[in-house]
Amino acid sequence: MALLTIDGVWKRYRHHNVLRGVDLTVDPHEVVCLIGASGSGKSTLLRCVNLLETVDDGAIYLDDQEITDVRVNPDQIRQRIGIVFQAYNLFPHMTVLDNITLAPRKVHGVPRPQAEAQARDLLARFGLADKSGTYPDRLSGGQQQRVAIIRALATHPRLLLLDEVTSALDPTLVNEVLGIIRELKQSGMTMILATHEMSFARDIADTICFLDQGTLLEHGPPAQIFDAPQNPRTREFLYG
Amino acid sequence: MSADWVKSDRQLAREALLRARGRRSLSAATISTIVVVVVVVVLVAASPGWPRVQDTFFNWDALVTALPDVLRGFLLNVMIFMIAEPIVLVLGLGVALVRGLRAPVFFPLRVLAVLYTDIFRGIPVILLVYLVGFGIPALQLQGTPGDPVTLGIIALVLSYTSFVAEVFRSGINSIHPSQLAAARSLGLTHAQTMRHIVVPQAIRRVVPPLLNDFASLQKDSALVALLGPLEALRQAQIHVAKTFNYTPYVGAALLFVALTVPLARFTDHLAARAAQQRGGG
Ligand SMILES: Nc1ncnc2c1ncn2[C@@H]1O[C@H](COP(=O)(O)OP(=O)(O)OP(=O)(O)O)[C@@H](O)[C@H]1O
Ligand SMILES: [Mg+2]
Repeated sequence: MALLTIDGVWKRYRHHNVLRGVDLTVDPHEVVCLIGASGSGKSTLLRCVNLLETVDDGAIYLDDQEITDVRVNPDQIRQRIGIVFQAYNLFPHMTVLDNITLAPRKVHGVPRPQAEAQARDLLARFGLADKSGTYPDRLSGGQQQRVAIIRALATHPRLLLLDEVTSALDPTLVNEVLGIIRELKQSGMTMILATHEMSFARDIADTICFLDQGTLLEHGPPAQIFDAPQNPRTREFLYG
Repeated sequence: MSADWVKSDRQLAREALLRARGRRSLSAATISTIVVVVVVVVLVAASPGWPRVQDTFFNWDALVTALPDVLRGFLLNVMIFMIAEPIVLVLGLGVALVRGLRAPVFFPLRVLAVLYTDIFRGIPVILLVYLVGFGIPALQLQGTPGDPVTLGIIALVLSYTSFVAEVFRSGINSIHPSQLAAARSLGLTHAQTMRHIVVPQAIRRVVPPLLNDFASLQKDSALVALLGPLEALRQAQIHVAKTFNYTPYVGAALLFVALTVPLARFTDHLAARAAQQRGGG
């Protein structure tokens, strides 16, 4: 059974079709990488899955429940999906620990001591044990992004969406963040990543999806997409 | 900085230069201040009208006679804004939050909030004091306050809440939309997002303009004098009427200044701290 099914999703802003009938299924423990030119609709697709945008047509199912049904409460769906953006993720007026424990405490009703213990475990696991009392502006970009991922994990999401989480970082910091994502894959987390890091995508993805002007032109295992792309547009994007 | 670090000669020389420069700027500041003060004092004292001005506005005896009454009146001013300020803060934030509600059921509330700010921001405070102070009692409704101090506070609150609401609203709007997206993506409801993410950050940003509005509210507490209560301005007026000496007004003015100056310095301090924090980020 698929964990996530995207069925013919359209999204338009004014007269500009950003997504034109995208179909995609994601199985449990699968890691999907979205690649494509800037403006091809990767972020928009992720935002639609997290219901931060309403779709203009089509449907999205999480665990066989239609989440694009207008009667569902988006807040409840978002509790099951974590998303990490490119930048501006953390709440600057809260310590790292409060950033991580906010949603568990306020949304999921976890008592503070328990939420904090769990947050400290996660911080330790990802090498940030000494940062729990720090405010985000005292962290490096890579550390901030790792905290943002930890924060998304703290609510035990079914699915994690990562939108170019490394693109605001300088190259030396990228590896810190990619390391976390590798570890998450090993622990079985289902993820959809939008990324421009092609070698990383090849290394970590089970499935690569190539988006072109809002259409999912081609998808398949990394070896197939990177080494033997079928579609001429894919070839053009990858090989220039 | 490790324990065995010894300052190099170059660093020692640099620091000596910096200290010397600091001393020079300090003495330059002192000398120029003294010169300016002396010039002003000499010019004023040499002006032909000065003896009369000194007698009517800066008369020591008149000040000493009036001061106890003016000071007692000033305590009423302090009480007025101590009561008005917290009410203004709470209501202002409330109005700002109502204006941010997007759900259609809240449409009438939102319209009311817009109307309220539009109207009350436009009415001069002095007019509002008259309208509320003489208008409400004239209605002769059961349960409406008749006491002029209460009426004065109501007028000030009505006026200042509309300003403070706009200050809060601009603070709320200044929070980057990604902060909202990040909060919503964690499953926080609109109310939770406002309560934990947006409002705390907005308040930090609007503290300096808020304190500015408060300084203004402190001054405008004197307008309650129009309704008759014996606050500082009214007490000064009484003394002036008896003696035809204006020194009590100067005394009242000094009291108001004495109260706003610390507030102004505190605002500067907060602004400097915020700038420093941003610089470190
Ligand atoms: N809120 C919006 N209003 C209008 N147009 C938008 C909005 N958000 C996105 N778009 C448009 O939708 C298109 C797709 O944007 P999207 O952010 O999904 O691209 P992307 O594939 O993530 O690009 P990048 O690799 O640069 O992040 C772009 O042309 C963009 O201008
Ligand atoms: Mg994007």
